[in-house]
Amino acid sequence: MASTEPRTDAVVNDAAVKDRNDLAGLEAGLDALETVQSNRASFRQTFTQKILPPIVAVALVLVVWQALITFKVVDDPTKLPSPGDVWGEVEDAWLQGTLLGYIWTSVSRGLLGFLLALAIGTPLGLLVARVRFVRAAIGPILSGLQSLPSVAWVPPAVIWLGLNDSMMYAVILLGAVPSIANGLVSGVDQVPPLFLRAGRTLGATGLRGTWHIVMPAALPGYLAGLKQGWAFSWRSLMAAEIIASSPELGVGLGQLLENGRNTSSMSMVFLAILLILIVGIAIDLLIFSPLERSVLRSRGLLVKS
Amino acid sequence: MATTFAKAADGTQATTEYAARIEHVSKSFAGPAGQQLVLDDITLDVAPGEFVTLLGASGCGKSTLLNLVAGLDAPSAGSITTGGRPALMFQEHALFPWLTAGKNIELALKLRGVPKNERRGRAEELLELVRLKGAYGKRVHELSGGMRQRVALARALAQDSKLLLMDEPFAALDAITRDVLHDELTRIWRETNLSVLFVTHNVREAVRLAQRVVLLSSRPGRVAREWRVDIPQPRRIEDSAVAELSVEITEELRGEIRRHGQH
Repeated sequence: MASTEPRTDAVVNDAAVKDRNDLAGLEAGLDALETVQSNRASFRQTFTQKILPPIVAVALVLVVWQALITFKVVDDPTKLPSPGDVWGEVEDAWLQGTLLGYIWTSVSRGLLGFLLALAIGTPLGLLVARVRFVRAAIGPILSGLQSLPSVAWVPPAVIWLGLNDSMMYAVILLGAVPSIANGLVSGVDQVPPLFLRAGRTLGATGLRGTWHIVMPAALPGYLAGLKQGWAFSWRSLMAAEIIASSPELGVGLGQLLENGRNTSSMSMVFLAILLILIVGIAIDLLIFSPLERSVLRSRGLLVKS
Repeated sequence: MATTFAKAADGTQATTEYAARIEHVSKSFAGPAGQQLVLDDITLDVAPGEFVTLLGASGCGKSTLLNLVAGLDAPSAGSITTGGRPALMFQEHALFPWLTAGKNIELALKLRGVPKNERRGRAEELLELVRLKGAYGKRVHELSGGMRQRVALARALAQDSKLLLMDEPFAALDAITRDVLHDELTRIWRETNLSVLFVTHNVREAVRLAQRVVLLSSRPGRVAREWRVDIPQPRRIEDSAVAELSVEITEELRGEIRRHGQH
């Protein structure tokens, strides 16, 4: 059919050189005109828009709380302790050197359990997402398990494993693994087909496709799953600690709450609830949120921080 | 019945007289009304170094044909032979947003088996070829539409394929940028010994770029007519010779479209 034409002759070549120079300038101009500058917010902006509002909210809650006591709306310290009582409880625990112990017992358990859940949930999610038979077989069960409150696993776990740390980890795993796996599955499902086609034309098929294309493309969904997985780990652990207490288990935040109830010390109960809340928020704020934001920002999915 | 990537060792390339050989290719998909024939007995060769545009209205199966040549799908009948895995560029840039512009190119090099210590330098060279010298560390979202398509072109070139398939790669760009990228593509094609199979529904674009324009009819897609374009490069889309031929081809294309309104 068609033969190859000679592409260069002297006349065209000269014109081409000139043309090329013009084109380079034109292109540089276009690039400069169309490139958007993204600048990050200043500290002042971050402070007034991000840091100040939650501080105001917390202060407001404290004011209302103190007002309830001061104006004797609730006049029963066994029902509602004053903020000062709870602070006294914090000071006592700190002076006795037990405060950090309570926190560390629970946090170390929670994080270790979460890491185990991560190690199990990730390959499981990948299998469910990529292998059709596995998805049909256990996909629905996995999403169903998410709606099962993990506190339901505490009684069987105690019967099977006894009152020890492995029982705690079992409850954490049963709560967090489905979240992590499901997050990865939905992340993989949301990978634009265009990326997969582009990957295949570049030669990324099979395991190489999974590693170079599917996993990084699914990362935002996976991170959302991890975040939820941590929330589930923490909640499962607290349920387990409140229900199953034993001297060998040491005193974590869940036991602290249960001890408060047993000794009718409402300020101790409040302390425990506050610490559980603060740890949950802190882990999210210090680990998961920055991770998620940096991933989204690098992909241009976070327009303004 | 399949797409074959001839595994020719380097050096034997000179003996092949085509970059892609499409022989009696048909493709049908299962539709609501039974099997639907999309491509009917297409035969088309692309010579080494040749620039061919595939032109057609909606439903002519031009993108389907490109997918078959790329090996993303298998033909229902007939055979396609290419000298190695073709590179493919899409209408959307299809760059991976988790990688920088440079790393996108390096991934293509890596998947082709280029050793690690050569990748960075090669990626910089390719960026320079598409005149994006400083863009190595830029994220995809920091680039304009035209820059993204140039990085996508550089990534396609990184595959070091003899054949570049382009599926309406400039359709989503504004007219000014598209013009510039036409010039750019022509320049790069002339500087390399690349064969290009370029799909478009834009008649002037087809004439502006190609040595040969192939018009496909719609539903099912068949080769309706071919034109050789002997206007010397570099052309401009405003050239009177380009306009003249475009008028002729547009008439033919409209005739093809009218046939579908008659029953």
